Amino acid sequence: MNSPFVSARATPLFRYLPWLILLIVAIVLPVILPPFRLNLLGRFLSLGIVALGIDLIWGYTGLLSLGQGIFFALGGYALGMYLQLQSLAPGELPEFFGLYGVKSMPAFWQPFSSGLFTFFAIWVIPAFVAGILGFLVFRNRIRGVYFSILTQAALLVFYNFFNGQQKLINGTNGLKTDTARFLGELVGSDAMQRGLYFLTVFILFFAWLLCRWLIKGRFGDALIALRDDEQRMRFTGYNPAVYKTVVFTIAGALAGISGALYTVQSGIVSPQFMAAPFSIEMVIWVAVGGRGTLVGAILGAVFINFAKSLISEQLPETWLFIQGGLFLLVVTALPDGLVGWWRNGGFRNLLVPVSEQEQ
Amino acid sequence: MNTLLELKGVTVSFDGFLALNDLNLKLTSGELRAVIGPNGAGKTTFLDVITGKVQPSKGEVLFRGKSLIGKPEHHIVRLGIGRKFQTPRVIENLSCRRNLELAVAKGSSPLKLLFSNLPNKQRDRVQQLLLQVGLASHDQQLAGGLSHGQKQWLEIAMLVAQDPDLLLVDEPVAGLSDEETAHTAALLKDLSGSHTVLVIEHDMDFIRDLQAPVTVLHEGHVLCEGSMEEVQADSRVIDVYLGREDVNP
Repeated sequence: MNSPFVSARATPLFRYLPWLILLIVAIVLPVILPPFRLNLLGRFLSLGIVALGIDLIWGYTGLLSLGQGIFFALGGYALGMYLQLQSLAPGELPEFFGLYGVKSMPAFWQPFSSGLFTFFAIWVIPAFVAGILGFLVFRNRIRGVYFSILTQAALLVFYNFFNGQQKLINGTNGLKTDTARFLGELVGSDAMQRGLYFLTVFILFFAWLLCRWLIKGRFGDALIALRDDEQRMRFTGYNPAVYKTVVFTIAGALAGISGALYTVQSGIVSPQFMAAPFSIEMVIWVAVGGRGTLVGAILGAVFINFAKSLISEQLPETWLFIQGGLFLLVVTALPDGLVGWWRNGGFRNLLVPVSEQEQ
Repeated sequence: MNTLLELKGVTVSFDGFLALNDLNLKLTSGELRAVIGPNGAGKTTFLDVITGKVQPSKGEVLFRGKSLIGKPEHHIVRLGIGRKFQTPRVIENLSCRRNLELAVAKGSSPLKLLFSNLPNKQRDRVQQLLLQVGLASHDQQLAGGLSHGQKQWLEIAMLVAQDPDLLLVDEPVAGLSDEETAHTAALLKDLSGSHTVLVIEHDMDFIRDLQAPVTVLHEGHVLCEGSMEEVQADSRVIDVYLGREDVNP
């Protein structure tokens, strides 16, 4: 940290920037944005939570997962199932079961009639799946690109399974949540959506605090050390598999929470949450925002998704090109993402030859 | 003196190529030992076998009489064997101090790192090591920004911070200035006695400085053992190693 560009970090504006953003997002925007836009923002903020998890495992620990959609969707399905059951009269089945001739509810649906169970299921189930998957992979020392391919393959397995199971979870059609009732109110109503917006801001803020706590101390140092030189950590007596499993599990839980909040704000959970491009996009958000900077992950998720929705409204065909271009820009010119670039001096850095920028 | 480490008939085969061939070696507690040998003699593989990175196809590795075969690397480290790599390997994106804080807490669980602070005793130890290797004024600097020599010393300090009984040091003075080399030799001599130290090195002046018994490896087995003078006078050693140095310095 002896670069001449540390001044950008030290300014009071920079120090209080996260709090300033929080203030605007939590108080100002709900007043000035129309319900449609506010709902969009709420969705994108919930995507910030899964991005935080990806930043933990990729930005800090160096594990590039292309399968976070699994955990995201599991959280969404857990809440989706609960809401399906909420709006039923006693003895009634969710409507779609009738279409496939299912007469009695599959056993694994039963516990989801309990709110308490669902509250835990939203994050414990994804965390559990991530923990098992992570443990098996990390114990066998699968690393780097092989890990990425494996997570992508796991994603496809889940995607195909959920798509094919009409009789269990309504297959391709997914579960709608808009028409369900929660606490006597329609989930899709403006008032409920507004409440969900505030809930999302609240949870996102706590997710950010949690991640900050994780990376700030010695645990965070260990993650960075695993990313930089796993062998060195191994020969310092640390078991990399344990650390990686722990952090991958936490990222899985965050993805589940993110998926649940996203589901209720977009009105449906479907296997499309596990489509390969979506999980890859999640990684792009973090790359563009700045991996290894928690705020960057959140800003990346919100910024790219807003850009996507605004640009797609005008020129639907161009978005993929713009997204690809952004990714290329980050990979070639801004390896630390937008926030990392800003922290390293921002525009002032443009005037300094690359050879002089390194430390 | 009791035996700390013993290798018995260790053979390592990489697809038929014998990197180590019936290697036998004993280290007593508190000893300082130098291992030399030409390129490809199996010096690094020899450390790989002790630290569990490579499993031997034949033979036995005993540490305090207990076999190390089949144990994962981090378990072996926790038994008290520390290793410095050939090229300096420090965590580039952490400060010197934080590098040492991880090393001094060797092998802690995630829960311990999350929920407990660095004990004062370990904090003092880190400070003392920083002073000892001359990095106290750079303690907040990222290790990636250190000079080559400083990285070598930081890694040696990390090794010492783990407080192992046996230190395996692979080419500690590669790329160091004469002054730094002398300083490193003094540091290692200082450590022996309370620790057992095994040094692999090419630099003959450095080995002479260490005044340690020398083991010469050649084609995966021990060619001869003795003091530097004895070894240098050995005709076999001159043939395979020292003689060659004139041709290819």
